[in-house]
Amino acid sequence: MGYQINKTKMNTLFTDLLENYTIYAPKRFVGGGTFADTDCIRYGEISTLEEIEFSEKSDYSFKEVLLPISETLFYFTEAVIKESDPPPKEAIVFLRSCDLHSLNRLDTIYLKNGPVDPYYKRLRDHTHFILMGCENTFENCFCVSMGTNLSTNYDAYIKVTAEDVLIDSHWNLLDQALANSQPFTVVPDSVSINKISVEIPESIPQSVFDSTLWDDYTTRCIACGRCNFVCPTCTCFTMQDLFYSDNGKAGERRRVWASCQVDGYTDVAGGHAFRENKGQRMRFKVMHKISDYKKRFDTQMCTGCGRCDDICPEYISFSNCINKVNALVKEENR
Amino acid sequence: MTTTNPYTPFLSEIKEVIKHTDIEYTFRMTFSGDAKPGQFFEVSLPKFGEAPISISGIAEDTVDLTIRRVGKVTDEIFENYVGDSLFLRGPYGNGFSIDNYIDKEIILIAGGTGLSPVKGIADYFSAHPKETKGFTLVAGFKSPNDVLFKADFEKWKKNLNVILTVDTPIDGYCGKSGMVTEYISSIPVKNIDDAIGIVVGPPMMMKCTIDELLKKGFKEANIWISQERKMCCGIGKCGHCKIDDTYICLDGPVFNYTKGKFLKD
Repeated sequence: MGYQINKTKMNTLFTDLLENYTIYAPKRFVGGGTFADTDCIRYGEISTLEEIEFSEKSDYSFKEVLLPISETLFYFTEAVIKESDPPPKEAIVFLRSCDLHSLNRLDTIYLKNGPVDPYYKRLRDHTHFILMGCENTFENCFCVSMGTNLSTNYDAYIKVTAEDVLIDSHWNLLDQALANSQPFTVVPDSVSINKISVEIPESIPQSVFDSTLWDDYTTRCIACGRCNFVCPTCTCFTMQDLFYSDNGKAGERRRVWASCQVDGYTDVAGGHAFRENKGQRMRFKVMHKISDYKKRFDTQMCTGCGRCDDICPEYISFSNCINKVNALVKEENR
Repeated sequence: MTTTNPYTPFLSEIKEVIKHTDIEYTFRMTFSGDAKPGQFFEVSLPKFGEAPISISGIAEDTVDLTIRRVGKVTDEIFENYVGDSLFLRGPYGNGFSIDNYIDKEIILIAGGTGLSPVKGIADYFSAHPKETKGFTLVAGFKSPNDVLFKADFEKWKKNLNVILTVDTPIDGYCGKSGMVTEYISSIPVKNIDDAIGIVVGPPMMMKCTIDELLKKGFKEANIWISQERKMCCGIGKCGHCKIDDTYICLDGPVFNYTKGKFLKD
């Protein structure tokens, strides 16, 4: 159902929802950006409409709601192992269409590749997704090429206009709360054209793996891993145990985000590492996003949000790399 | 959540410790479930972390885990094992299927700790010599001081053709020396079309050994390998062991060479 309500009513609705839900949305952190006098837009808890940053793309994705940067799995006290408790409240997350498509990539790894991950599932089952529209494309976005510019599987769509709030609800809870509101036909804003487009080859021959194309990144990439941390579809983690400094008998096991670009990712006992060359790490990441994942799961992994290009301190462009691979494959097939 | 949480380790008692070298011990652990050579456990001491360790021996109520003191977790295991227990979860991975090798000629080539995941295969055919048409074990170690499973070698020698070699001999050593690859061409094989090659070891050793087997006339489909990677979770989530579209922990670590040859790091 579609509704038109005023902002006061929307904020009252938020207040009611906060009893049982934590609401996460992109927020502006003034002065928190990478460069001097720039802001950072990332996810945080909100309680009013005004706190949500609708006008710009978030630097980081929504994924930290479902995959916390550091997540405690167990607490250890001597020989006793206790699983961590789930959060007390359910969650509501505001996100854009590309990110809602990314949710499907997270689900695939954590619910379908091998056994179900119980820590992911307990958050996933209690999270509701609210779509934010895109009136215009942002810098570096290529969602249209990736087919992620449109979404229908949201719990609600919310758009804030100068005077009102427009809502398209697929969620009974909201329909009940808005039962006496003005019905209105609401169609989510979406982009149909980006400034950047990519073309992904249907199949990538083995020769591309050995191409000198990857050498371009060997010295350019500084292996900081930011591209992985901002990516809404990167899911890797490392297990990490710690014990408390004032009580060595107690401690915990966590999983923390990991990056295939950062040193140590492939280290095996004894010191051997695979892909020590950063160009080869770039090849590994790019192939995963546009080829390996699709071979295994039948959909492209990359959802075209362009955050990796936004964040890279060396101005490495992932979309540009995809197009370089495509040109190389075309050349080979000629 | 407890019953379905695949990350929850269980306590396993250390029944026996066999010291091979200063830094490599076998821990015989209580475990009564199904296990195959080539599978691995995530072994941990809570508060210090987990490490993937392959199964180096299987008995009714125990599994052997041969651990090398080379990482954070394994250092801690060496310091703290006495009369104690370790936490395990697993076994994970596909492992070697002995059925694929029965009634065939087999050359098993292992480098260093690469012998651990295939030791169960040598154990099996040593105990059932009639189920193979010829079994040669070629095992290479860096030096005589690095040789693992010395007692097992004595046992295997009775029923299997064993070639034990070291890269660098030291004074007083009177065994064979040189790389494992040097011995492959001279191993007699009656029916090369049906002969099985099993290769596990460091990446360069595996590559050179497979080249030798192929040169000798082995069919790619008759060569089996096991890949060592950093398996943090063992259940297809953490991503560290992924190569191309393959998750070593779920789809491997054992691969037929027809698939394994395409695995490009």
